[in-house]
Amino acid sequence: MSGSWSGWLAYAASFGVMALIQGVACLGLNLQWGQTGLFNVGVAGFVSVGAYASALLTTAAVEGRLGGCGLPLVVGLIAAMVTAGLLSAAVGAVTLRLRSDYLAIATFGIAVVVDLVARNLTWLTGGPLGISFIPRPFALLADRPLAYAAASFALVALITFAAYTLLERLVASPWGRVLRAIREDERAAASLGKSAAAYRLQAFVLGGALMGLAGALQAHTIGFISPENFAASVTFQVWAMLVVGGTGNNRGVLLGALLVSALWSVTGLAIAAGFPPEQQARAAALRIVLIGLLLSLTILWRPRGLMGERTAVSRHLDADD
Amino acid sequence: MKVATVSVPAAPPAAASILEAVHVTQRFGGLVAVDDVSLSIAAGEVLGLIGPNGAGKSTLFDVLAGERPPSAGRVLLRGQSVERQPAEARLGAGLGRTFQIPRPFAALSLLENVMLGAPRHPGERLWPNLLASGRVAAAERLARGRAMEILSFLDLAPLAREPARVLSGGQRKLLELARVLMAEPAVVLLDEPAAGVHPALLETIIARLATLARGGLAVLVIEHHLGLIAELCGRAVVMAEGRVLCSGTPAEVLADPRVAEAYVGRPAA
Repeated sequence: MSGSWSGWLAYAASFGVMALIQGVACLGLNLQWGQTGLFNVGVAGFVSVGAYASALLTTAAVEGRLGGCGLPLVVGLIAAMVTAGLLSAAVGAVTLRLRSDYLAIATFGIAVVVDLVARNLTWLTGGPLGISFIPRPFALLADRPLAYAAASFALVALITFAAYTLLERLVASPWGRVLRAIREDERAAASLGKSAAAYRLQAFVLGGALMGLAGALQAHTIGFISPENFAASVTFQVWAMLVVGGTGNNRGVLLGALLVSALWSVTGLAIAAGFPPEQQARAAALRIVLIGLLLSLTILWRPRGLMGERTAVSRHLDADD
Repeated sequence: MKVATVSVPAAPPAAASILEAVHVTQRFGGLVAVDDVSLSIAAGEVLGLIGPNGAGKSTLFDVLAGERPPSAGRVLLRGQSVERQPAEARLGAGLGRTFQIPRPFAALSLLENVMLGAPRHPGERLWPNLLASGRVAAAERLARGRAMEILSFLDLAPLAREPARVLSGGQRKLLELARVLMAEPAVVLLDEPAAGVHPALLETIIARLATLARGGLAVLVIEHHLGLIAELCGRAVVMAEGRVLCSGTPAEVLADPRVAEAYVGRPAA
């Protein structure tokens, strides 16, 4: 009795871990799209780069593959953010001065390139088989599922909270005010001395770094990554979280991450229980259909998402009122 | 006696010019929108730029404001060549502008709109917000105080917390002026500050601009409202078909038959 109880609890905690990890990627997307209006349709690519960067640095050495430096987890997480941030800077520097459509095309292209590199550059990425034996924090607790899941959840929740706090601080800062001004009217912002290109690049890089962080967290949670983990459907899911939760609202983002992940998990369980084994692979497509349905209903009934954007003002203005 | 009677002086030729257009030409394909125009404005001077629609006034404005580099010629701002610098570099160099159709940040409050003009605000850079929060807070307090002063000066203080979308067309023009003044510019370019403005509000705009000019601000104003030009400007430049037709005191240029002809059009041949 208590065994199954703790089993469910462990399941809930590991569900929470995956939901929050997607939430971190979605916070990054919210900074890019929600606050700055940058249309990134290559989320999976930036997540993937972060995952591989951290995996390469933290795994033990393997014959025939580069990396395997065996560095500590925290180095991996920082490297993931730096690598994904650098990729964002490179993409942003060449596209952000152009019309916004070009950014969408470029980010989509980058995600495809990252996927192809992951599949084919076997000496670096392990190819289609990916990288396994990625160190997991709390591996000592591996034989106690509940304790392991709870510790993982605590760590990921702490990191998510830190990212959330950082972003809320930036949104409610004079820097965030300039982002909003640029989003509203670039020409007027330029007349006030604001360089739209510079601010867009900062937001794009910071958002990309958060996506990389999410990838690294995922790698260290599952302990294994392959190109399959970073299919285009990841981009779709993160976008669904943003739209359902509320574009421009960081709390909404986390709510959206929980809801979409819950739908994903519940339907996964239902398909496992309700379909004969030979049909399950096909039935899995229904999960994407259901998320699409959730997305459509949200757009119909609550076009601004469950929590719409709040009117943000500089926190320094509220302080002494 | 003579010294005491000086009010808004026409710039003496010797006065150092704040803003200068030197043989500025702007072509669009085969069309010459601005054709070899030179003018200069000194501190405390209000220079009117008038002429019929299509004369090239707004194109000249865009060149002065850095929206596009001129095809030929130079723009000197406090003696520095700035014609190749982008629009966002102008305000820091001392030149502010407003738009013919005002462009307030509609979702932001009036206060925030004006605070966006604050010069060298450390909080507008990413890192000080995370590493030097106290310095940012102090700069915000300072900027807020200054922004409220400017809003009061332009009679907008009661609306400071309202989003800019609630403003009337004339109030939007005032808000744009407020935003620009926040940056403490040496010269401002005003694109039709009187167009579509309620007469009572127009009085306010004229009075405030006169005060600012007495304080040393140089103003270049495009305007069709000749009352405003006559009341404010020491000199006016008339443009037609991309060129400077004539210049002088408002009374002189308005009396010039070529000016009337430019507005009404030449008799058909």
